[in-house]
Amino acid sequence: MEGIWMTVAFYLLAATILGSALLVVMLRNIVHSVLWLAVCFVAMAGLFLTLDADFLAAVQVLVYAGAVCIMVVFGIMLIQRGDMGSTNLFNSQTKAAAGVVALVLVVCGYLSATTQWVGTAVAVPEQTVENIADILLSKYVIPFEVAALLLLVALVGAIFLAKEVKADGHND
Amino acid sequence: MVTTISLTHYMVLSALLFGIGLFGVLAKRNAIAVLICIELMLNAVNINLVAISKYITPTLFTGQLFAIFVITVAAAEVGVGLAIIIAIYRNRVSVNLDDFDWLKW
Repeated sequence: MEGIWMTVAFYLLAATILGSALLVVMLRNIVHSVLWLAVCFVAMAGLFLTLDADFLAAVQVLVYAGAVCIMVVFGIMLIQRGDMGSTNLFNSQTKAAAGVVALVLVVCGYLSATTQWVGTAVAVPEQTVENIADILLSKYVIPFEVAALLLLVALVGAIFLAKEVKADGHND
Repeated sequence: MVTTISLTHYMVLSALLFGIGLFGVLAKRNAIAVLICIELMLNAVNINLVAISKYITPTLFTGQLFAIFVITVAAAEVGVGLAIIIAIYRNRVSVNLDDFDWLKW
C-alpha cells in the first residue's frame, strides 16, 4: 500500500474507529455497545497494519476482539436482568463530563499541533516479530516476567473475587 | 501535502478516541460501560505508542513493545474488574455506580 491508498485506508479506518466508539458510548443497550466495541477493536487492528505493526494487529484481534469482548459479554449475561433496552444510561453529570473532555481535547490538540517532531524517513523493518522478540527477551526480560506474574495474580484474584460466597460469610 | 498521513493525524485520532472514552467513563451509569470505556482510552494510548514508534524510532520497536505491555495489563484489568463487579452485584443486586455509596456518610 502506497501513497493515496494509505491515505484512503487511514481515513476509512479512523472514521470506523471514531463512529463505533461513539456508538459504544451513546447506545442504550449495553450488549449492542459491546458489539460495536468489537468493531472498533478490529478497525484498530487495521490501523496498526497501516502503521507497519502486523504482530500487534494480530495481538489486537486475538486479545481485544476475541477475549476481552467475549469476557465482557459473559459478565453482562451474569449480571443483567430484565429489560436490556435501558441498561446503558447516562448519569446526572453529563455536562461536567463534556466540559472536562472538551478541555482535554483542546490541550491535546494544541500540543499535537504545535510540537515539532524530529521524524525519520527510515522504514520500519519487515520482521516485526523477530525484532520484538529480541528486545522482549533480552533488554525487557524483567518486565516480561513481571507481566506473566501479573496475569497469574489477575487470574487467581478474578477467580477468588467472583466465587460464590456462602451464607455464613466464609469464603471456602 | 494533503495526501500524506503524518504523525499528527494519528495523534489527533488518538486524542479524539481518548476523549470519547473519557466522556464514557465520566458520564456512564453502568459499571460495565465504564470498564469498556477504559478499554477505549487504553486503545487510544496504544495508537499513540505505535505511531510514535513508526515515525520517530522505527528500528527500536520500544513503542510496539510497550503497546504489548499495555494490552497485557488491560486484559488483566478487565478480568479483575468484571470479577469485582460480579461480587458487588451479589451484595447489592445493582450495577448502577450511583448505588455504590458504602464509603459515603
